[in-house]
Amino acid sequence: MGKPTGFLELGRKTPARRGAKERIEDYLEIYADPPEDAIRAQASRCMDCGVPFCNSGCPLGNIIPDWNDLVYRGKWREALDRLHRTNNFPEFTGRICPAPCESACVLGINDDPVTIEFIEKTIAERGFAEGWVVPQPPATRTGRRVAVVGSGPAGLAAAQQLNRAGHRVTLFEKKDRVGGLLRYGIPDFKLEKWTIDRRVELMIAEGVEIRTGVHVGRDVSGPELLRENDAVLLAGGAEAPRDLTVPGRDLAGVHYAMDFLEQQNRRVAGDGVPDAGAILATGKNVVVLGGGDTGSDCIGTSHRQGAKHVYNFELLEKPPEKRGEDVPWPVHPAPSQILRMSSSHEEGGSRDWAISTVGFSGTDGRVEKLHGVRLRFGPPDPATGRRDMQTVAGSEFTLDVDLVLLAMGFLGPVRDDMLKQFGVGISERGSVATRGYATTVPRVYAAGDMRRGQSLVVWAIAEGREAAAQIDRELSSDSR
Amino acid sequence: MSQPSVPERQGLYDPRFEHEACGIGFVCNIDGRASHEIIQRGLQVLVNLTHRGATGADAETGDGAGILMQIPHAFLERECASQGIRLPEPGDYGVGAVFLPQDPLARARCESTLERVVGEEGQHFLGWRDVPVHPEFIGETARRNVPRIRQCFVLRGRGLDAAAFERKLYVVRKRVEHALAADGVHGFHVPSLSCRTLVYKGLLLAYQVKKFYPDLADPAIESGLALVHQRYSTNTWPTWERAHPYRYLCHNGEINTVQGNYNWMRAREAVIRSGVWGDDLPKVLPLVDASNSDSGKIDNVLEFLVLSGRDLAHAMMMLIPEAWDRDPLMRDEKKAFYEYHQCLMEPWDGPASIAFSDGTRIGAVLDRNGLRPSRYWVTKDGFVVLSSECGVLPINPEDVKYKGRLQPGRMLLIDTGEGRIIPDEELKAYYARRQPYRDWLRANLVKLGDLPARLAERARDAEPDRKTRQKLFGYSLEDLRILLAPMAATGGEADGSMGNDTPIAALSDRPQLLFNYFKQVFAQVTNPSIDSIREDSVMSLISTVGAEKNILDETPEHARLLELAQPILSEEDLEKLRQIEHPWLRAATIDCVFDAAGDDLPSAEASLRRALDRIRSEAAAAVRGGASILVLSDRAAGRARAAVPSVLATAAVHHHLCREGLRMRCGLVVETGEAREVAHFALLIGFGAAAVHPYLAFETIRGLVDDAAWVPAELTPEKAAYNYVKAIGKGLLKIFAKMGISTLASYRGAQIFEAVGVDEGVVREFFTDTATRIGGVGLGAIAREALMRHESAYPKTVDFERELDIGGEYQWRRGGERHLLNPTTIHRLQNAVRKNDLAQYRDYAKAINDQSREHYTIRGLLRFKGGSSPVPLDEVEPAAEIMKRFCTGAMSFGSISAEAHETLAIAMNRIGGKSNSGEGGEDPKRFTPDPNGDWRRSAIKQVASGRFGVSSWYLVNADELQIKIAQGAKPGEGGQLPGYKVNRWIARVRNATPGVGLISPPPHHDIYSIEDLAQLIHDLKNANPRADVSVKLVSVSGVGTIAAGVSKGHAESVQIAGFEGGTGASPLTSIKHAGVPWEIGLSETQQALVLNDLRGRIRVHVDGQLRTGRDVVIGAILGADEFGFGTIALVALGCIMMRVCHLNTCPVGVATQNEELRKKFTGDPEHVVRFLRFVADEVREILASLGFRKLEEIIGRTDLVEADPTATHWKLPNGLDWSAILHRPTPPYEGVAIRRTCGQQHGLDKALDVELLRLCRPALENMEPVELSLPIRNVNRTVGTMLGSALSLRHGLEGLPDNTIRIRFTGSAGQSFGAFIPKGITLSLCGDANDYTGKGLSGGRLVVFPHPESTFDPAQNIIIGNVALYGATSGEAFFRGVAGERFCVRNSGARAVVEGVGDHGCEYMTGGRVVVLGGVGRNFAAGMSGGIAYVLDPLHAFPELCNPGTVDLERVETDADERELRDLIEAHFRHTRSERAEQVLEKWATTLPHFVKVFPREYKRALLGIEFGKENY
Repeated sequence: MGKPTGFLELGRKTPARRGAKERIEDYLEIYADPPEDAIRAQASRCMDCGVPFCNSGCPLGNIIPDWNDLVYRGKWREALDRLHRTNNFPEFTGRICPAPCESACVLGINDDPVTIEFIEKTIAERGFAEGWVVPQPPATRTGRRVAVVGSGPAGLAAAQQLNRAGHRVTLFEKKDRVGGLLRYGIPDFKLEKWTIDRRVELMIAEGVEIRTGVHVGRDVSGPELLRENDAVLLAGGAEAPRDLTVPGRDLAGVHYAMDFLEQQNRRVAGDGVPDAGAILATGKNVVVLGGGDTGSDCIGTSHRQGAKHVYNFELLEKPPEKRGEDVPWPVHPAPSQILRMSSSHEEGGSRDWAISTVGFSGTDGRVEKLHGVRLRFGPPDPATGRRDMQTVAGSEFTLDVDLVLLAMGFLGPVRDDMLKQFGVGISERGSVATRGYATTVPRVYAAGDMRRGQSLVVWAIAEGREAAAQIDRELSSDSR
Repeated sequence: MSQPSVPERQGLYDPRFEHEACGIGFVCNIDGRASHEIIQRGLQVLVNLTHRGATGADAETGDGAGILMQIPHAFLERECASQGIRLPEPGDYGVGAVFLPQDPLARARCESTLERVVGEEGQHFLGWRDVPVHPEFIGETARRNVPRIRQCFVLRGRGLDAAAFERKLYVVRKRVEHALAADGVHGFHVPSLSCRTLVYKGLLLAYQVKKFYPDLADPAIESGLALVHQRYSTNTWPTWERAHPYRYLCHNGEINTVQGNYNWMRAREAVIRSGVWGDDLPKVLPLVDASNSDSGKIDNVLEFLVLSGRDLAHAMMMLIPEAWDRDPLMRDEKKAFYEYHQCLMEPWDGPASIAFSDGTRIGAVLDRNGLRPSRYWVTKDGFVVLSSECGVLPINPEDVKYKGRLQPGRMLLIDTGEGRIIPDEELKAYYARRQPYRDWLRANLVKLGDLPARLAERARDAEPDRKTRQKLFGYSLEDLRILLAPMAATGGEADGSMGNDTPIAALSDRPQLLFNYFKQVFAQVTNPSIDSIREDSVMSLISTVGAEKNILDETPEHARLLELAQPILSEEDLEKLRQIEHPWLRAATIDCVFDAAGDDLPSAEASLRRALDRIRSEAAAAVRGGASILVLSDRAAGRARAAVPSVLATAAVHHHLCREGLRMRCGLVVETGEAREVAHFALLIGFGAAAVHPYLAFETIRGLVDDAAWVPAELTPEKAAYNYVKAIGKGLLKIFAKMGISTLASYRGAQIFEAVGVDEGVVREFFTDTATRIGGVGLGAIAREALMRHESAYPKTVDFERELDIGGEYQWRRGGERHLLNPTTIHRLQNAVRKNDLAQYRDYAKAINDQSREHYTIRGLLRFKGGSSPVPLDEVEPAAEIMKRFCTGAMSFGSISAEAHETLAIAMNRIGGKSNSGEGGEDPKRFTPDPNGDWRRSAIKQVASGRFGVSSWYLVNADELQIKIAQGAKPGEGGQLPGYKVNRWIARVRNATPGVGLISPPPHHDIYSIEDLAQLIHDLKNANPRADVSVKLVSVSGVGTIAAGVSKGHAESVQIAGFEGGTGASPLTSIKHAGVPWEIGLSETQQALVLNDLRGRIRVHVDGQLRTGRDVVIGAILGADEFGFGTIALVALGCIMMRVCHLNTCPVGVATQNEELRKKFTGDPEHVVRFLRFVADEVREILASLGFRKLEEIIGRTDLVEADPTATHWKLPNGLDWSAILHRPTPPYEGVAIRRTCGQQHGLDKALDVELLRLCRPALENMEPVELSLPIRNVNRTVGTMLGSALSLRHGLEGLPDNTIRIRFTGSAGQSFGAFIPKGITLSLCGDANDYTGKGLSGGRLVVFPHPESTFDPAQNIIIGNVALYGATSGEAFFRGVAGERFCVRNSGARAVVEGVGDHGCEYMTGGRVVVLGGVGRNFAAGMSGGIAYVLDPLHAFPELCNPGTVDLERVETDADERELRDLIEAHFRHTRSERAEQVLEKWATTLPHFVKVFPREYKRALLGIEFGKENY
């Protein structure tokens, strides 16, 4: 706000992306930083709503109108405080959030919403640049210990919150570096990894103990953790990928998206990836199955590796370009409800929808062809809302492929030894069952995708914060 | 009369809320010559004022009438002789008029007590005389309760002079009253007991007085003076004793500060000393009878002051002083008089015309703002008649020497002993010079600025830091950004819009400041609000602190006080006070903190109670030790100690000191971190504080400036603090004004609040005599809330949250306060109506209705009782029937867009409900249906204080005319439409200038009293006899009695709006802090109407955040017939609660006039229709489940609901107390309706217009010219209006050709002469007219001139009353004589010439032309934003009298101006034969330079803009 008439005077303007041709030559962020004035002008479009639906639409409850106002007034420091009040890691969500806040922005009813996400990122980066983001170790220690398992956004947020509350926190990560999907799932052109390192250093300075390369359930047992800690938070993600059980799935060249993305993230990080087992799109015809965010990350990465051509097939129908009546403002449309054009889509390739992959074929154990068929969808069933799906007779086709990337989502947490050792209950949907964030086992909590199922980074941070608050509350009231 | 005549407090009814107003008058022979004619003339005045009184359900029982006279010795001597009593010489005996119980035993007890006490007091009882009465001539209700009326005679005891004898009689009366009250004997009342005066009064109609008391017709009964009174009370109870005159006065108006005045009088009793009373003083205490009405209480005080030896006029000047401190024209000696007397007593403030007499002198005084009419004629043969109206006696024009009116604050006094009228100037000068008041003040009164500066003696580094303190006192981010920053930056309070949909404090989960539990009470109807901005000359923030002295004395030492110019103290100011070293002033500081321990309610309560006990006893000890200033401080709050809520500490000390008899010996100053917004300061002052130092508010503002947060970077800390103090001062005046109070001195301790959700025990102990009606939080919860704040400042575990609390009071915030309208409910509702999706509606309604955990509203804590057998849904009346009871809220075209406004109207017309025009007028195009059958006409046309576009044609095009007295979001305040919202179309509809902001005044200038409201109802009924008239009130304690008055005033409907209701623009503190939830006000209304048997003839309409069918059902159960939906109807149309209506930036085109934004409006009438159908369907389902088939069957059936035991709240371990709200009153007799069953009787068939209509038929039907000549009297009210209505109905907006109907009247016209008359009608009047002449003039012409046989100079004599041409929209008026106050207020188009005006001339005028050929009163042109006034000012006195706020004063220079002025004066001469006009025209060239052109600046700018072709709007 600040300027009640800002939205009348100015249109939405998002910062320029570097040209597609230029940016596929590297893995650096695709946005150029616009001048401060431009950001403040965009912030002035915020209408200071009596009922700010953005604040409600944001899983974290970011107090967006307040910091928009502060940015408009050039009060960056205060804006940063207000942002950190609800969000531990605005530098992440400012870059990679699909921004349900913007879907809920009241201006979006009949105009383009405020560029909330970019303002968020700018506040965060301004804070780092000015040196305002400094470690905040707790003034006193409670004497309680909490183990957080998994260092994705949920685990990181919970660890930071619990540590700031004065508990001793040990963060366990089975991989060599902290970050989970943030680090090894999301490509650098969306989130450069120094942003994670920068944040982790602060957390270490605040007193969080980080133990990477420790796989709980294998390197250290669940009962052991429980013995050493007053509480354990499981934030291991939902890493079990959905598979495609069709003939030819076993052929070489058919891979899970995550395996592909992790390798490239490691390469960018400077880790050598051995040729044996390397998954590369260079010079290949690539098919990405799945139209979600992971799929689009695969497309962008493939282009950067120099793919010959990238196809992207989605099982469901092509969604409408504008939100339909079934997802009125301020509802955040699911990927199937609105056509999203990610930066990776801009960079090339072909997208197609309503395609079912019925099999792969190839020679020498290597995939060469994808066999598909087109689908037709019936009207939604009034009871279930599901739509009947039928193949279109005579629409069968075959496509020459060298690399197939399966980006069809995740089924839930990996049912490994860890969950067994803790003995936590599993919900019908295959996630860790909880009441609030407490699992069926005393002193064991769960948060993030592990509890919620596959979701957004912003939800993971929100869950991490809320779980931390519950743990803190229960530890404080526990008189042991 | 074996029972007390007013019912006991029951349910929500409390006799304290009763109001009254009336017509008053007196007649006298200046030389005091006694005659029977005086009595007869007095009674005739009374009869001619009948319409100012009222009747109840029983049309033959009036509210009371009576007469006070000198003791008619000859008559009494004869009568007594016939009964064997020999009366001594006049003056040697006293006569008592006594009401006695009919029950013989009780009567005997009364009589014997009286006889005994007379003897004990050393006087001789002579005997009783039965006063003959004729009960057969009075109404049944009155008859059923008629007392036994006797006169008693007391012989003067030895050695007493007349004054001492009169005092003894007073002592006798007081002793007898006390003795009988102690014995529990009811029905004893002494109308008078005096050796000078005698009262005859009763529960009578004016004409019944003479018939009931045959004494009065006896030619032998004689007096030299007579005081008469006709009462209009809001109740219908047979209260014989409340009839006026009282013993010394009769009163028309209302004392708004009476609770405070009463409390202060009680406190003063401890310091009263007097030689004349000697040992008798204790016998007469308490001085003031708590059960008396406001008039009765002031009579008690006046009586005591006069008997104690103060002159009658002097005492009146003390009680009702003029506005003095801002009057640059007042002589200093008079100012000194008033300044000195404010050290003795606070003013009794409110609209008041008081006539008084001690038997020798008779007089009248008017309140400082001139809010009541008082006209008087003096005849050549030495007779004076004063009355609320002129023309109440037939007097030949040639006999009249002078026609005058009482002016604001002025007094008329006739000393029949001296045989002369003492003019106000002489009288006041006499009293002002009696003592060297100025010298006394100079020597004794200390001013803050005179004190030496002191540094604080605290160790600052030990204090908590700013943020910790802010948390300690519950500051939220909103407090900084939304409340404090705008005050610091602009010197004014921030505005907001839409209503309040957060829970009341007692239901909030958050720790609420105790301030938030108290709601401001405000004036409606019986006591008008004041315009504190435009009429600021009467307002004052001055107060005094220190030890006050005996009010019966007059010494220099009385001025030994500290005077404060305003109540907000800086730190420097406070330290001056705290460390004062002065012979007669000493300060003591009391720490108002408590031990910060207590995790549960009981231990928190114990801790707080210990502190309160300590604070009270320390305070008392300090005063006993000589402290004259107590500083109640919470500075010591810190880690170990929490702050006692400052209003609790203040009120606790105030009442404790009152009880201990110590209160007058000290002043209270509050040093607190808690107070920050205007409402907080109002509470502290209202509960007794003289001044407040809000240290944390200052510190916070300092922080805002240092950080340049939401304030301009160039703002200095000093300027910010100055602005803040200024904003609080302005806000305080606004709050005082809302209650019709002008001065801080009167507001202090007046406790004009209602507690909502506070335990009755807590209120009784600490906030004694404040209304609290649903129970609520006890000390435990109050303490816990303070401790929760303390814990957030000093968290027990590690601090998660370093920033201040998010708030969420003003804007929804996740994690902040809860709102009924939140993202979920708004979204669900809009989806439901767009898709016609019942399931989504149910989700929406469930979210709102299911409040067992989410307590949004108090109704949410009720549940329907089980046990009834349901009926099948299809047997319940159809939704279409229920929807006819639905209305939309009053929203003006102006506040919302044409699109939104018309869509609402179409929707309501489709379903047979009613939309409401709001107060902005309506485009006449909308009065014709659209081709598709839709109708964009609003069925309800509102008549609000601004009278925008209220013309005859507008009024004719309505099914209901609604008088908006108050609005939920800002009761007691006016409205404003900022200039940027006044585009071309709006300006046209409102008769205003595009781009020029529009103001609606806080009061209706034609409603200063309940009988004024009855008059406006009558006017509107005349303006459209087919329309119902409704009156919109806001829920607050006492609203039920106002509603009863409304029903007695013959309105068809009364609306009770909850304080939650919406607004297009209003100060935020008003939205939050004034008025109470509708549930309370509605239930009180139902109870009061039923108790008075006034419910059957009126509909009750409720609104204020109604959201669902369940809300409707609860509303019906609590007593409503009709239901209004405002905000939610807009939400259905797309409103998303931006709350920026006042900024014109509504992004969905609802509340904006911006062309681009209006295009974004996507609402459709069907959205509203669907919503209301969903609501009606929900109502049907609930009705079916409760076993009812029609909504009307459940109206008033509070037995159908009960408290929901599952709806619990931690603050309320005992829940809320529903007994008062769910109370079902016992009607006075069988067959009393509890819902509307019949209509009102308006008596229009008796109007003079019936005759006019008949005689003017040729003009109306065939446009043939008609000329008539008729006599007229003051009882002929609203003459011409029905005729005009018929003309408009037939001939529309255009009317008829000029002068088609010409009617010449002779005599004195009643009120509202020529109101709303349209073009084609000319009314001329030879004689004079009363108030509201030409109200709403709509194109017609009015001419008033004195009778040719009159010999007085018309230009020096009053010819029309107050508030003439109020809201006139077009037409012409020529008045050969002087008009009263507020001439042409809110005129928007009429042209008028007059020969002099009173105060506040041309106030708020927005259009038209006014020529004044004579003197003007003060404050001319206040708030004037359009039109032009030309004032003849040969003596150059005008600039001092004009309010320069919005106008420039120029000379008449252009030819066009000169032509216009000359034309008007020529027309004036042509119509009235005015000598003054003739002289001016004769000497035109030399007179012209003496005219001042009063030219509103914004109007001028707009005119220039238009002239240059820049149509920006």
